[in-house]
Amino acid sequence: MIRLERRPAASSVWSWASPLLAVILTSISGLIIFALLGKDPVEGFRVFFLNPVSSFWAVMELLLKATPLALCAIGLAVGFRAGVWNIGAEGQFIFGAIFATGIALFMGDLPGVSLIAMIVAGILGGMAWAAIPAFLRSRFNANEILVSLMLVYVAQLFVSWLVFGPWKDPMGFNFPQTVMFDAESLLPTLIEGQRLNLAFVFMLGLLILAHIFMNHSRLGFAMRTSGQAPLAGLYAGYSNRQAIYVGMLAGGAGAGLAGMAEVAGPMGQLTDKMALGYGFAAIIVAFVGRLNALGIFLASLVMALFYVGGEQAQQYLNLPSAMSRVFQGMLLFYLLATDVLVTYRIVMRSATTPQPSSPR
Amino acid sequence: MTDLLASVLFATIIAATPIALAGLGELVTEKSGMLNLGAEGLMAVGAIAAFVGAFTFGSEWLGVLFGMAAGVALSMVFAFLTLQLLANQVATGLALAIFGTGFAAFAGKAYESQVLTPVAPWVIPWLSDLPILGKALFSHQPIVYISWLIFLAVAWILARSRIGLVLKAVGESPHNAHAVGLPVRRIRLLAIAFGGAMAGLGGAFLSVFYTPFWTEHMVAGRGWIALALVVFATWRPLRLFFGAHLFGGILVVQLFVQSSSLQIEIPSQLLTAMPYLVTIVVLVFISGNAKLIRLNSPASLGLPFRTD
Repeated sequence: MIRLERRPAASSVWSWASPLLAVILTSISGLIIFALLGKDPVEGFRVFFLNPVSSFWAVMELLLKATPLALCAIGLAVGFRAGVWNIGAEGQFIFGAIFATGIALFMGDLPGVSLIAMIVAGILGGMAWAAIPAFLRSRFNANEILVSLMLVYVAQLFVSWLVFGPWKDPMGFNFPQTVMFDAESLLPTLIEGQRLNLAFVFMLGLLILAHIFMNHSRLGFAMRTSGQAPLAGLYAGYSNRQAIYVGMLAGGAGAGLAGMAEVAGPMGQLTDKMALGYGFAAIIVAFVGRLNALGIFLASLVMALFYVGGEQAQQYLNLPSAMSRVFQGMLLFYLLATDVLVTYRIVMRSATTPQPSSPR
Repeated sequence: MTDLLASVLFATIIAATPIALAGLGELVTEKSGMLNLGAEGLMAVGAIAAFVGAFTFGSEWLGVLFGMAAGVALSMVFAFLTLQLLANQVATGLALAIFGTGFAAFAGKAYESQVLTPVAPWVIPWLSDLPILGKALFSHQPIVYISWLIFLAVAWILARSRIGLVLKAVGESPHNAHAVGLPVRRIRLLAIAFGGAMAGLGGAFLSVFYTPFWTEHMVAGRGWIALALVVFATWRPLRLFFGAHLFGGILVVQLFVQSSSLQIEIPSQLLTAMPYLVTIVVLVFISGNAKLIRLNSPASLGLPFRTD
């Protein structure tokens, strides 16, 4: 019989090995799924996992996809560490995009200034949308999971209203989209001929910033304590309200910047289908990345691989692109399962062996 | 006027049924102390499994069976991770929601253009002849009546039977329940399975009886709304039933306004957003009363349970 035995201290080896194991298990499951669907698993593996890293161009595209994921995830991680469950990054992403688009449409002709204004607006847009669940949680104790999630639907409908209504491109053949932005309103690309843009640098910067905040600041320590041991946090006098606001707004800021980078980057305009589930995938990225900066960077690459791989599988293997969401979900399942090894040891013993019991 | 009222009531009941079912499942799950946030995913897999079953075998009842089985199967993943491996319930529930909606979209791709033959309603003799409300209440599809019976049964079981007492004991104080010899894990497992079955049934109702076709976004947040309703109902089945119909009413009224010839200058998106906005407002009102929530929510909700 298999038993779980609590480790005296959390295993630092497994806290790194378990995400890795989860990725491996997800890949193996993917191959099995390919085989079950009657596709050649080797071909499937090549298309899904190798194509996205097979050329310089492909790697640049992978980093482009990883950027919004890591931006959203690092903000969420600040909240998750404090036990603040912001799962509405998707909506905050959309509002960042909306605010930035507003600047691009109405003051996009000011060289230099407008791009900076768009960045600020994007961050503020995401924060504004995240402030609603933060306020309702701290003032009325309304569950932030449900509120932030409901606001995703509202944000999607709001952006749909904008691009079908007042912001619709009059020359756009009635497509739900705004005009294409001026070149002044687009993030500069990093390498000639590639789509990877300045947002990648912002992402790296934000990861470092968040790392310093979470590990080397008093507030970061207070929030981590409140998350891991709420009573200890309370006893130490750490403010719960502050943790809620900072946790929520950090997620909003990251997601808002990601939304801005999407419309001012690869999209070049606002459409009603610009979010692609990055905000939800970022939740998985945050967990798989162990809620720390380096981990999130690596996890965002894996998740981007699933996104690009899904597109590739659609193109070459004629599989629905929702395949990548199945992979995302599986990855989180496997992570949650393998995480048991961080705090527990698996022991094979006969059921009758007497166990010392401790009250708990 | 009475005609309009009757047709609004008729449509309200239909709109409320899937939310009520998923909510009831979650209520029972939460009563056992387990917080399963994956209702949206459970409904989605229930909907697609039911559609595939009904489409392949030409029987809506086999569809229902498939939908419930799929809900139970996915909820067992939750049970294994949270009960056996003591994984965080919030994270596991989110994983369920992401995986479930993704899997349903993936599996449903091939069925997107298919339509089922609508299932004939069961018009209940005598009762449906009652003036004004007879038709609105008693000419529904079978799942609607079945959901009423399930509600009555669960309300009675929770309030009056030993099973209800055991379930509540496990949810309020798993360690004491364990100490008096109750199989805490097994009871929680069954409660989770019931939650999966009900969410699957709600999904099955959507794809096989309500529309009857499959689209990727057909669940449209109903699973999340069901979660909010459990809080709104302060964990009481009959209040949940009432709450679901309040929401059904909002869903229906906004559809009526959208399709009416009143030519009101309201963007359709705002009307579609109403149920989500109302959910937030309701949560704010009910949660503001912290005492009410603390008194009614199962004391061990969301906490892991270990015996060693």
